[in-house]
Amino acid sequence: MSFLATIGRTVLGFLAAIGSVTLFAMETVSHLFRPPYYPREFGHALLQIGYFSLPVVGLTTIFTGGALALQIYAGGARFSAEAVVPQIVAIGMVRELGPVLVGLMIAARVTSSIAAEIATMKVTEQIDALTTLSTNPMKYLTLPRVLAATLVMPVLVGVGDVIGIMGGYLVGVERLGFNASTYLRNTVDFLEFLDIVTSLAKGAVFGFLAALMGCYFGMRSGRGAQGVGRATKGAVVAASVLILAANFILTELFFAA
Amino acid sequence: MIELSDVHKSFGSKDVLRGVNLTLPKGESMVIIGGSGTGKSVLLKCVLGLIQPDTGSIAVDGQDVTRLRQGSSERDAFLARFGMLFQGGALFDSLPVWQNVAFRLLRGSLKRPKSEAREVAIEKLRRVGLTPDVADLFPAELSGGMQKRVGLARAIAAEPEIIFFDEPTTGLDPIMSGVINELIREIVVEMGATAMTITHDMSSVRAIADDVAMLHGGVIQWSGPVKDMDASGDPYVTQFISGSADGPIETVR
Ligand SMILES: Nc1ncnc2c1ncn2[C@@H]1O[C@H](COP(=O)(O)OP(=O)(O)O)[C@@H](O)[C@H]1O
Ligand SMILES: [Mg+2]
Repeated sequence: MSFLATIGRTVLGFLAAIGSVTLFAMETVSHLFRPPYYPREFGHALLQIGYFSLPVVGLTTIFTGGALALQIYAGGARFSAEAVVPQIVAIGMVRELGPVLVGLMIAARVTSSIAAEIATMKVTEQIDALTTLSTNPMKYLTLPRVLAATLVMPVLVGVGDVIGIMGGYLVGVERLGFNASTYLRNTVDFLEFLDIVTSLAKGAVFGFLAALMGCYFGMRSGRGAQGVGRATKGAVVAASVLILAANFILTELFFAA
Repeated sequence: MIELSDVHKSFGSKDVLRGVNLTLPKGESMVIIGGSGTGKSVLLKCVLGLIQPDTGSIAVDGQDVTRLRQGSSERDAFLARFGMLFQGGALFDSLPVWQNVAFRLLRGSLKRPKSEAREVAIEKLRRVGLTPDVADLFPAELSGGMQKRVGLARAIAAEPEIIFFDEPTTGLDPIMSGVINELIREIVVEMGATAMTITHDMSSVRAIADDVAMLHGGVIQWSGPVKDMDASGDPYVTQFISGSADGPIETVR
């Protein structure tokens, strides 16, 4: 009996969470159409989320692109298909690994810092103080971060795609003996416009989810240092899972047909 | 005028406010006393709408403020009349001190040129006993007492009609406490502001208050003019004033 009750409670809690996240997302978006706006906060968020994430994006994707090239070469050799390395690296990076890896790195780097910052503000009554100073925290804190992440993530994913392909190229040319210009031509000829569009679109969705989860968990943080810790952990886990789930759904939508 | 009637608030199974009735006339200075954890801060936050009371009504100049919707223009107009000093200061640690103080003057309906806002900030800092060189520091670089005073400067920066001070002198040395008490008195007298102050410091009570209200057990145990406080005859008030361990207020709570 208590076992069933536990299941029931968990399911209900899960549904309630989906509902409140959805409401939070809708409220965030609604502020896009209702001034006042805080351009300085937005600019700051662009810089924090976009520019300062570039090193981590570059490092993650260059190593993955390189490893991917090695794996495909080794795997392809089993049925004498070593020559497909450029094409598979390009497809793998652009369609799948670029957006997902960049998304997860953003969840680690940006979601955690947003959640910890907002939760600390909540715990130290800074959110209340904002309200009493006639400033809506959703407009001042949430919207700039979510909007910045949504707009800047496609750029980061684009950069990640290129650097990932470059990682594959370096390994292909330096280690595996591919001809440099053939490698590049194979990459460019093979990629389709749709591949790139979907890659960037995934980036936008993942950026939205990552920043939204940071803000959501931060705003609902419990009291004390423990509250901040829980909020941060919850935000990163939720953002990562949502990004992976959204990736599956988007892939299904874009490529199933 | 602020009128609270039968305000209740619980957190989970914990009943913090159990029917608070309190009237604060315009232009008066009321001090709320009471043991720590009795819900004094919660009471102020209920008036500001930061915490939604479970039942009861809170009216400011006849308008029921518990019904104001978050983000509505009525609520914005209502909040624009208030200044609040939070118990922990609640300074924005991403902004330098002067931008904290001038926060309202740098954005929104009260927006002014940056140089002017900075001057106002420095003037308000001076009033709370801080020199202009703290203006460009960040809150984390200040001592607790200095943070409190910056919070106070921020609360009064836009010259609000109604000001709430949550423990303004806690953590300050006696001389600085005196300065702050005088400042609060001045704000009420000069600006004609309505003030509600929470404090444990009996010398503050005597310096600031027109009226005193004691919160205990979730209700206003006693309230009256400050001159009647010593002869109130109320055992709770008497114990609180004398700081004695003997009396109706439990020392373990
Ligand atoms: N947001 C909250 N969630 C849960 N409990 C709270 C919250 N705010 C205050 N409380 C509880 O309400 C009680 C009164 O708190 P408070 O008003 O801060 O006391 P004080 O009179 O010292 O200012 C405390 O027991 C506190 O734990
Ligand atoms: Mg308090």
